[in-house]
Amino acid sequence: MANLKDLRLRITSVKSTRKITSAMKMVAASKLRRAQASAEQGRPYAERMQRMVSELVSNLPDIESAPKLLSGDGKDDVHMIVAVTADRGLCGGFNGSIIREARNMIIDLKGHGKTVKLLCVGRKGRDGLNRDYSDAIVDTLEGLTKTGVEFSSARDIAHDLIERFEAGEFDVCTIIFNRFKSAISQEMMVQQLIPFPVPDDAGDDAETDNQGAMYLMEPSEEEILEDLLPRNLSVQMFRALLESNASEHGARMTAMDNATRNAGDMLDDLTMTYNRTRQAVITSELIEIISGAEAL
Amino acid sequence: MDDKIELDIVTPVKLLLSTVVDMVVVPGGEGDFGVLAGHAPMIANVRPGTLDIYTADKITDQVFVEGGIAEITAERCTVLAEMAVLIKDIDPVMVDQRLEKAEAAQAADPDHVDGKDTDELIAARAMKAALKAA
Repeated sequence: MANLKDLRLRITSVKSTRKITSAMKMVAASKLRRAQASAEQGRPYAERMQRMVSELVSNLPDIESAPKLLSGDGKDDVHMIVAVTADRGLCGGFNGSIIREARNMIIDLKGHGKTVKLLCVGRKGRDGLNRDYSDAIVDTLEGLTKTGVEFSSARDIAHDLIERFEAGEFDVCTIIFNRFKSAISQEMMVQQLIPFPVPDDAGDDAETDNQGAMYLMEPSEEEILEDLLPRNLSVQMFRALLESNASEHGARMTAMDNATRNAGDMLDDLTMTYNRTRQAVITSELIEIISGAEAL
Repeated sequence: MDDKIELDIVTPVKLLLSTVVDMVVVPGGEGDFGVLAGHAPMIANVRPGTLDIYTADKITDQVFVEGGIAEITAERCTVLAEMAVLIKDIDPVMVDQRLEKAEAAQAADPDHVDGKDTDELIAARAMKAALKAA
């Protein structure tokens, strides 16, 4: 059986671990509140933008003449994967699930003979993918969520992607991120950004809630689309960052809550063992004294 | 409600304004246009500039919008802007700094073609002008 001193040390160490995890939980909880609020405030814009683009696209007479961001460049050889993870760990399966999905996707795409490029948003994603796919990583962005998510950083990523796309560096772009469902659950989303996916049910939708609303365009439809598509890309990117940020704090809060609880359970067990050992030591000392006295 | 129109100004950060007004004048990409209730459905792009909100024939609010698009239906006008701020909330010091920064950035750009200003500079100038006019 472990001796008393070891047990005492162990108990102190578990206690201080519990203090750290519970402090991290509190921090995550307060950050979560802010992140969640901004994620929710960002939704109306993203939704309206999505709706407008869908409407425009479904009214488009000829998809072939549309801008390349919409119709693609006719090839499907080089895939760009944007993996949105956190900069820091200790948040349960948050980063792991993104990395796993990215890995599966890469293996699948490579199996079909495609080339894969990676853009990592968040340090953990790069750390996780660097070992196997370091030559595929074109860029890593860190520290975007340190002081809340800024729209300008999302716009910069989007512009960077568009530049690369126009330079012919890739043909298809997909983003992987965690969507915020509630403080305790996230949902992984895989969304195609370039070319913009044409909604299948766009035609039905337009008929029901928007009867015959043919829009006047000023200037022309092409010019509007040309303007709107990059904007939409920025917005989708911004939304992904917001959602991912909120999810990260939620995931961390849950993970740290579990860790704190486990530390508590462990402390109970250790204290029990400690007391038993202590009593056993006292008993054996007593027996020694009594038998010593009897021997006299 | 017959002669009023709903106005929503939405930015990526938040829903800035959602209100019912008599008329709104939007700085369109090809010139300002006024929107009254019953306007034909239209989608137009928006240049950086001031959006005037009219109630009872008077300007009641002015909003500076930047980088956006407007969707107009008979009963609603939705402006999606990358940035939107009430004119009275603009900080003049910030505008000057932004203008300086944009001018310096353009001057430092070797690829710059004369007569074609960067988007940032255009936006900063429009912001300054909007502030002066108000």
